Amino acid sequence: MENKFPIRQVMDGEGNLTDSSYHLTEELIKEMYKKMLRARTLDKKSVNLQRQGRIGTYAPFEGQEAAQVGSASALGEGDWMFPTYRDHAATLTFGHSVSTIMLYWKGRVEGCVPPDGKNIFPPAVPIATQLPHATGAALAEKRKGTDRVAIAYFGDGATSEGDFHEGLNFASVFKAPVVFFNQNNGYAISVPIEKQMNSKTIAQKGLAYDMDSVRVDGNDVFAVYFETQKAIEKARRGEGPTLIEAVTWRYGAHTTADDPTKYRDQELSLEKRNQIDPLLRLERYMEKQGMWDAAWMEQVLKQCDEEIEKAVWEMENYPEPDVNDIFDHVFKEPVWPLERQKEAYLSQKRGETV
Amino acid sequence: MTTKTMTEVKTNKLTLVQAVTDGMRTMMKEHDDILVLGEDVGQNGGVFRATEGLVHEFGEDRVIDTPLAEAGIVGTSIGLAINGFRPIAEMQFLGFVYPAYEQIMTHASRIRSRTMSKFSVPMVIRAPYGGGIRAPEIHSDSVEALFTHMPGIKVVVPSNPYDAKGLLIAAIEDPDPVLFMEPMRSYRAFKADVPESKYTVEIGKAATLTEGEDVTVIAWGNMVSVAQKAVEQMSGDGVSCELLDLRTLYPLDRETIVESVKKTGRVVIIHEAPETGGAGNDVMALINDEAFLYLRAPMTKVAGFDAPFPFFALEEEYLPTPARVKHAIKEAVTF
Ligand SMILES: Cc1ncc(C[n+]2csc(CCOP(=O)(O)OP(=O)(O)O)c2C)c(N)n1
Repeated sequence: MENKFPIRQVMDGEGNLTDSSYHLTEELIKEMYKKMLRARTLDKKSVNLQRQGRIGTYAPFEGQEAAQVGSASALGEGDWMFPTYRDHAATLTFGHSVSTIMLYWKGRVEGCVPPDGKNIFPPAVPIATQLPHATGAALAEKRKGTDRVAIAYFGDGATSEGDFHEGLNFASVFKAPVVFFNQNNGYAISVPIEKQMNSKTIAQKGLAYDMDSVRVDGNDVFAVYFETQKAIEKARRGEGPTLIEAVTWRYGAHTTADDPTKYRDQELSLEKRNQIDPLLRLERYMEKQGMWDAAWMEQVLKQCDEEIEKAVWEMENYPEPDVNDIFDHVFKEPVWPLERQKEAYLSQKRGETV
Repeated sequence: MTTKTMTEVKTNKLTLVQAVTDGMRTMMKEHDDILVLGEDVGQNGGVFRATEGLVHEFGEDRVIDTPLAEAGIVGTSIGLAINGFRPIAEMQFLGFVYPAYEQIMTHASRIRSRTMSKFSVPMVIRAPYGGGIRAPEIHSDSVEALFTHMPGIKVVVPSNPYDAKGLLIAAIEDPDPVLFMEPMRSYRAFKADVPESKYTVEIGKAATLTEGEDVTVIAWGNMVSVAQKAVEQMSGDGVSCELLDLRTLYPLDRETIVESVKKTGRVVIIHEAPETGGAGNDVMALINDEAFLYLRAPMTKVAGFDAPFPFFALEEEYLPTPARVKHAIKEAVTF
């Protein structure tokens, strides 16, 4: 099966081009680098904020920047994104603000709300539930006669859930313009992929649904970008869904609440960091092309830091959560049981009774 | 914590989650047919460490890291159970039980009745539940009423380490499916003496934690500790409360509940799940049926709201507090 689905690559870990059929402009190269550095800076900052108790449990994605940034960069303005709790590099690239993402981890529902005009669904917390949603949203665009598409993000573990199979099957039956974007980061919490499935690849799961599937080097931002772009263009032409398996690696814990040393080989993580890191390989490539410029890089990093510091300030100075929000968004029109519960609780809080 | 005192029994000071582990270990040592299945239960020892060490002691054939699929975990456990094993299936959080709901609802709970007892499903589904630990969304759902409403499954909720081990062993020994709900906020809140050997706490029996005359306060799971605080403070104000820890939500302990209400004539029920359709309603219905003429005030509930459990920035507003419980008790006694 691995032979049937060879891993597509444009650039190897050393920063050498392995496929020169793509046209890489300096603008694209720098754009991708900036976006990945921005995402990594956010991720590192978030882990630190969690350690300092300034946000709650956080799900880090360091190592997966190319998979997320590359795929999200291929989307167009009105397209739909269905992320999980770990896909902040994708949502950031597609239009979420840094402070929105931080509010989410501060336990604020405001962290689910995208800016106007951005079709970004709240992160899926239950595993794989977003896949049928993406199929449905894509189908709606098709019925409305637009050429918009939907992309759903999910991990390797998610492919064990029924919702994965139902989402793919519906998309295939109805030829929905949707891209199923899998990040195979090797583990679902502590369970390695060999224990998660007997299948050798995720991509082969598309075969059952007669769906085009590709495997791509998930740490090669260009390969991810071009393959996703192809899948999206195909979907826009009305030719149906694609399953993309981006083979990647996450260095750290599943979330800040667990201890990866119990189940993940840390030496191997370190090795991968040196060998296949998505940012490092782009730096190496740029260096070889004579595009590397320390001053430019410093300036980009400074911009990222400033943006993120500003977002932290915004998060920490955000208005206090409003207790009314518990009650006021359950239904469009208030229903009496909830109204009564709300009145009773608020009047008790004000100390009006007893 | 519990009313029972043990003499000459070797005990350990354990947290609630350690007592759960101890209950499984005690039973697995004695019975080869007991299996543990779930996400991350092996090497990782479960996300809350409830299965910590079991894989090293009993091996990967008996402590099984499954693929990430709740319907698969429960459905496969049903198959194992009808064919000679006693599975303990772990849901990582009760909020993630929904994919398995069909398997529980349509199969685990009714195989005995569908086959006139030819087949039965002696399995336990363990699930951490409840709010107050700043978990991300959905993790804090307490949806016990979905299961008390389901004919053919027992629902058990310990509130302390002693009960956790004894009830879990009783659940494992039970010939029918049991949902065993573990209050996350109580997992490591305190330690208590837990006998080292095997013992059971009977399913279907409530515990009277404090005796009192004026009002019966009824709670389960983590709400027991909230109720306890309120009851202590009320006794300082001269109100004598009888506190019941239900321990089992299906079947209810009719006798203990009714006897207490006959004595006090007043009832306050506390649960953190949404009020409408909550398990508290069944307690009220039981009292209405069996002790109506003894009531001296309307029965009341302190419950979660009919709203999705909020993001953690607002969770303390959602969860019943000792202040809210005291308020309800005062209303009951001044009616
Ligand atoms: C239905 C459901 N079951 C269990 C969980 C608990 N859980 C959260 S993340 C996770 C592992 C997910 O692994 P994978 O799909 O590979 O994605 P990754 O986190 O590695 O990106 C589990 C079991 C959940 N969120 N939803």
